[in-house]
Amino acid sequence: MSKGLERRKAILSDPVAQFERAVEIREFENQINALFASGTIRGTTHLCLGQEALVIGMASVLRTDDPVSATYRSHGIALALGITPESAMGEIMGKAIGCCGGLGGSMHLCDIELGLLPTSAIIGGGMPIAAGAALAFQIQGNDRVAVALFGDGATNIGAFHETLNLAAIWKLPVVFICDNNVYAEYSRINLTTPIEDLHIRAESYAMPHFALDGMDIDAVREGVQSAVDRARSGGGPTLIEAKTYRFAGHSRADQALYRPEGELDSWKSRDPLLLLEERVKKSGKMTESEIAEMKVRIAKEIEATVALCQAAPEPTTKTMFENIWSRKVSQ
Amino acid sequence: MPAMRVRQAIATAIADEMRTDPTVIVFGEDIAAAEGPFKTTEGLLEEFGPVRVRDTPISEMAFTGAAVGAATMGMKPVIEIMFIEFLGVALDQLVTEGAKMRYLSNGQLSVPMVVRASVGGGLGFGGQHSQTLENWVAATPGLKVLAPSDAQSAYSLLRAAIQDPDPVMFLESRVTYAERGEVDTNLKMEIGKARVVKPGKDLTIVALGQMTNVARQAAATSGIDIEIIDLCTIVPWDKKTVLESVKKTGRLVVVEEQPESGGWGSEVVAAVVAELFADLKTVPIRITCPNVPVPYNGGLEARFLPNPVEVNYQIDQLMATGKAPQPWWTREGF
Ligand SMILES: Cc1ncc(C[n+]2csc(CCOP(=O)(O)OP(=O)(O)O)c2C)c(N)n1
Ligand SMILES: [Mg+2]
Repeated sequence: MSKGLERRKAILSDPVAQFERAVEIREFENQINALFASGTIRGTTHLCLGQEALVIGMASVLRTDDPVSATYRSHGIALALGITPESAMGEIMGKAIGCCGGLGGSMHLCDIELGLLPTSAIIGGGMPIAAGAALAFQIQGNDRVAVALFGDGATNIGAFHETLNLAAIWKLPVVFICDNNVYAEYSRINLTTPIEDLHIRAESYAMPHFALDGMDIDAVREGVQSAVDRARSGGGPTLIEAKTYRFAGHSRADQALYRPEGELDSWKSRDPLLLLEERVKKSGKMTESEIAEMKVRIAKEIEATVALCQAAPEPTTKTMFENIWSRKVSQ
Repeated sequence: MPAMRVRQAIATAIADEMRTDPTVIVFGEDIAAAEGPFKTTEGLLEEFGPVRVRDTPISEMAFTGAAVGAATMGMKPVIEIMFIEFLGVALDQLVTEGAKMRYLSNGQLSVPMVVRASVGGGLGFGGQHSQTLENWVAATPGLKVLAPSDAQSAYSLLRAAIQDPDPVMFLESRVTYAERGEVDTNLKMEIGKARVVKPGKDLTIVALGQMTNVARQAAATSGIDIEIIDLCTIVPWDKKTVLESVKKTGRLVVVEEQPESGGWGSEVVAAVVAELFADLKTVPIRITCPNVPVPYNGGLEARFLPNPVEVNYQIDQLMATGKAPQPWWTREGF
């Protein structure tokens, strides 16, 4: 079994592994943030700090043959699905060991073995793709399910509405998960959208829909599982709205000064990492000192990943001419 | 003359038009309260208020089409498409609706609008945020397509674009936003008129956007007396200035930030060959990007883009052999 598949298997039901993965994502994102801030990495990056429970909860109820189309806010979902830290970080550093050979970058992570389709940097771009994957499964008569993960801002783009309608009339085995982290870039959702509960938009497509607490992994698991079960058993699509919060700014340069005072702090009191920690403590699965040790161990592992990726080779010039078409055609 | 950054020249041009023409309105994603992801609309909300300066939802199709509609009814919208790739979800409204309005209304409707978009590579934004995509819009009769290369041309061309009664696509090289240059706010530049930014007698380079800087850098270290033309307008492009220059120099090199296939430079080369065949001392050539997506890795992205070293190599080979040199990817066997 590949390392990625092992990593996926680990989080399917073990609360300790789920907590550890969340700590890993948090540590990973903090390192990426520092590497961008120091100019070690170029381009742009979108962190998923505060949204760890959503991505891990999703990944823990999906099968590896259930494809997920996600967005440029890609690091968390990729790590949750099982991609190795060196594969993701290598990509973000543009190294040959990266999951896209260093040609994609932070916004374009991908691992087909784990079900991660290439993440899209176009708002709404992944939604029709997920519907199309689901169409294939429906025609092939298998029980695979496709998943689209996208932001609150994406509910204002045409692709969202067209895809919901199409998936509804064709009863496609697809689950739409809107990660409502309250902001789209520098705009609070209420400034661009006349409703607060985005999931009700599915009502006009006669599609089942509900909101869930995206900070609480058990709520995520239960909600996503119910939608996946419906899709797998021929019941068609569902729109889920996960209420989360983006702890960091939109992208690298953004300090998020537009947020009302106290908003971040109030969400941080329900930091998914705190909730995951409580969960393992309450059930007696980890002691205080085990938790402290685990955090130190993961921090060291991610530091080692940074060193490994920094030392890794750059892609060769040849690679930029590969994978354009199915075979090389001289131009 | 004040020196300003390109992004400030853009904001200043919009503000100056808004001051003189109350029908000018501005909208796009995060362009009002946040003053634009690249700060190209700095100060506009503060001075002109939320009726004329608006943030939109992430709905490019709706707001591009809304610009078309508002333009037909007496307004002059200036809208921002943050990265040119996002025009993909709105293309219908611009090329199939907006650009056809005058024609399909038998000349009764005008669509005086400007679509500004940031374009180009060099900043590590990866395959979906680094293209120039001029050819998405260059083949649409009814649209005008402009591309400034520095603060002065950004200012003067944008004012001309806003004043123009037709829909204008305004392509801004993202890497130039932070560059500074002197801006004479009284200097007018016309749509359809190229600029000779460096005179020379042996060879003409025609460039656009950030490639104008690449051409300047190449010329600065070249042993050949190069004339550089900054095309400024892709549609309708300034044949007269280009033909006059090539008639004088007898040599043409086009530098394009575009994959080789389908670039605007092919138009320029075709026209020069057709009209100046007998005057040419060497074959006209194009220096372009290879036919691949823009790679993220910094080293590869730098190779992907035309650069001064490659431009000078190509020019030296051309001068020495009189024949078209191979592009670097062919020389290296890719
Ligand atoms: C079609 C399109 N328009 C605009 C953008 C620029 N953009 C990138 S992220 C973003 C905000 C998206 O917000 P949301 O959907 O809530 O996702 P989040 O970033 O919060 O995860 C915008 C406007 C884009 N990538 N694609
Ligand atoms: Mg959001």
